[in-house]
Amino acid sequence: MATRRRFLTSLLAASALPTLSWADAGNPRYLAAAREPDGGYALFGLGEDGQDRFRVPLPARGHAAAGHPHRPLAVAFARRPGTYALVIDCVDGHVLHRLYLPEGRRFNGHGAFSAGGEVLYTSEIDAATGAGVIGLWDTGRAFRRTGEWASFGIGPHEIARLPGSDLLVVANGGIRTALDDGRSKLNLDSMVPNLSYLGAGGGLLDQITLPPDLHQNSIRHLALRRDGLVAFAMQSEDPAALSVPLLGLHRRGESAILAAAPEVLQMRMKGYAGSIAFSGDGARVALTSPPGGVVSVFDAAGTFQQTLSRADVSGIGPAGQGFVTTDGMGGLCSIAQDGLVPLTAAPRAWDNHLVTLPV
Amino acid sequence: MTPITPCVAALMLAAAPAAADLARVVDDHILPGYAAFADTTAALRDTSATGCEREGLKADWNAAFDAWMGVSHLHFGPVEERGRSIAIAFWPDEKAMTPKSLSRLIAEADPIVNDPEGFKDVSVAARGLYALEFLLYDAQFDATAPYTCSLIRAISTDLADTAGAVSDAWVDGYGETLRNAGAPGNAVYLTEREGLQMLYTSLVAGLEFTAAERLGRPLGTFETPRPNRAEARRSGRSLRNVALSVAALQDLADALVDAPVPTTDAAFARARKTAAELDDPTFETVTDPGDRIRVEILQQAVKAAEVAVLSEVGPALGVSQGFNASDGD
Repeated sequence: MATRRRFLTSLLAASALPTLSWADAGNPRYLAAAREPDGGYALFGLGEDGQDRFRVPLPARGHAAAGHPHRPLAVAFARRPGTYALVIDCVDGHVLHRLYLPEGRRFNGHGAFSAGGEVLYTSEIDAATGAGVIGLWDTGRAFRRTGEWASFGIGPHEIARLPGSDLLVVANGGIRTALDDGRSKLNLDSMVPNLSYLGAGGGLLDQITLPPDLHQNSIRHLALRRDGLVAFAMQSEDPAALSVPLLGLHRRGESAILAAAPEVLQMRMKGYAGSIAFSGDGARVALTSPPGGVVSVFDAAGTFQQTLSRADVSGIGPAGQGFVTTDGMGGLCSIAQDGLVPLTAAPRAWDNHLVTLPV
Repeated sequence: MTPITPCVAALMLAAAPAAADLARVVDDHILPGYAAFADTTAALRDTSATGCEREGLKADWNAAFDAWMGVSHLHFGPVEERGRSIAIAFWPDEKAMTPKSLSRLIAEADPIVNDPEGFKDVSVAARGLYALEFLLYDAQFDATAPYTCSLIRAISTDLADTAGAVSDAWVDGYGETLRNAGAPGNAVYLTEREGLQMLYTSLVAGLEFTAAERLGRPLGTFETPRPNRAEARRSGRSLRNVALSVAALQDLADALVDAPVPTTDAAFARARKTAAELDDPTFETVTDPGDRIRVEILQQAVKAAEVAVLSEVGPALGVSQGFNASDGD
C-alpha cells in the first residue's frame, strides 16, 4: 500500500530528473553495446567523433538500446530472447529501473519511446504462441508496465516511432522460435513477415507484406527518415536465395520498393542484413552484413550505389552527410562520399546495433 | 646512418612478435597460393586457345582446381572485390543454375563469348571452375562442338584474368596492407589483431565449409543421403577437394601460429590420414547404410580439427571468431 510519504518521495524524484539532459551525459550521439576484453559486457555512449562519452556495465550480452527523447536515459535490451531490459541513467551509469516482464513474455531486443518520452514501447513475444506483442511502460511511474498491444504479426523485432507523431512502425519478422532455446526457428516454410503501422491507441493502420516468393525474407530492422520514409532490412531464410533483395523502402499509402545490388555484389550480403540506416543528409540508405563483411549503399529511391568491405561490420548510423559503422573488431568507421575510412579502434567487440540518439 | 639504428630495429622486432606471423602467412601461404592459381589458370587459358581436345583441357583444369584449393578459404581482400570469388567458384549451386545458364548460352549461341570484357557480365553460374567442369565432364555437353569450344575458351580466359588480377593485387599492395596491419595510415586493418582475426576467421570458416558443405551435402541424412550433391563429382574430385582443403588449412594454421598447438596438429594429421585412406572419390557410398560411416568419420575428423583450432589456435592468437558474423539477429 502506497503511503503518502512514499508518494511524495517518488514525486520529488520524478520532478528532479528532468533537470538533467543529454548534455549532462556528455552529449553522446550514439549508443552501442559491446563485449569487453575481460568477457564482460557494457553499453557505451559515443560522440559523433567516435570517442567514448560514457560506459555502463551490462549483466549479459546486449543487443540494442533506446534513448529517451530528452532525458539522459537509455533502455538497454538483452539479446533475443531477452529476460532483461535496464533503464540506465547515462549521467552516472546507475541502473535506475529494471523492466519486469509479465509471465510468458520475452523481450525481442528493441524498443522505442513516444515523442514526449512518457511511454516506452518494447517488442516482445508471447512465449507460448509466438504471437507478437508491443509492451507499454509508463516512464513517469518508474517504468511500470501499463499494458500491451498486438504487434499484428509473428516475431516482432525492431519497432520505431514515425517522426513527428506517436504512430509506431513494427517489423514483424514472421519467425516463430522454439520455447526452449528461443532461437531455433519453427515455421520457415509458412512464415509471413509484415511491416505494420500502429496508431497511437494501438490499432492497425496499415500493413504491408512481401510477394509470395519472398515470404522467407524476415523483415527485422528499420530506419526512418524525418519525412516518414521507412527503410527496412531483411534476412533471408531461403538457403537457395543467393541474391534476393534485402532492402525495402516504404511510405504509408504507397507501394513498397524492394532493392538489391547487382547479382555478384548482392551475393556478398549472404542473404543477411544486420542493421540499416539513412545517411545524415537522408539521401542514401545503407545495410550492413556481418557474415559478408560488407556494407551496401543505395540512394533513397533504392538505386544501388556501392558495396564497401569491412569484416564483421554490423552497427550503422548517420554521421555528417554520410554514415558511421561499428564492427566486432572494435572498429568505428566513417562512410563519407566514396569509401569507408576507419576512425577509431577500441579494445572491444561492438555488438549488432549502433543506436542513434535524438538530437 | 647512426650507431643507434640496429638497437632500434631489435627493439621493434621484440615488441611485435606477432607481426612476423602476418608476414609469414602472406609470404608463405597467400602469395604462393594465388601465384599458383594464376599460373595454372593461365596455362588452361593457353591450352583452350589452341582447341578443345578434352584430355589436355582436363589436365590443365585439374591443375587449376588443385591450385584453387590452396586459397579457396581466403574470403577477403582482392578476391572478394567485384564478386571475383563467386565468379571463380559458384558452388553450392542449389538451383542447378550452372547447367541451365550454360545450356542457354549454347542454345542461343550467344556471341558474348567473343567479347572478353562483356563476358565479365555473364551470370556467375556460367563462369569459373564449376562451369568448366560441366562442359568438360558432363555428357550433356560436347566440348568439341564449335560454340561450346568457344565458350570454354571464354570461361578459361575470364578465369585466368580473374586469377591474375587477384594475384597481382596481392603482390602490388594488399600483401603490404596485411603485413602492415595496424600501422599508421593502414585504412583496412586498424590493428595487427584485426589482420590475425581475419586469417583466423578464414581458417575456422574453411574447416566449417569442408565439414558442412563438401562432406555434409552428400551425406545428407541417414534416411536421405544425397550423393548427387557432392562437390565436383563429375570430375571425380569430391574427396580430393576435401583432402586438399584440409592440407591448405593446415598450412595456414602452421604459418599463422608460433605457439605449440599439439591438439590442432594431431587433429589435422588425423583428418588428412582419414581422407587418404578413404577409397571413395565421389562419396557414392553415402547411400550404403554400412559404408557411409566412413564418410561420416571423415566429417567428424574435419570437425575435430575445427574444434581444436577454436580451443587452441584462437587463444594462442588472442582472437575469436567474428562477434556478429557468427551470431545473427
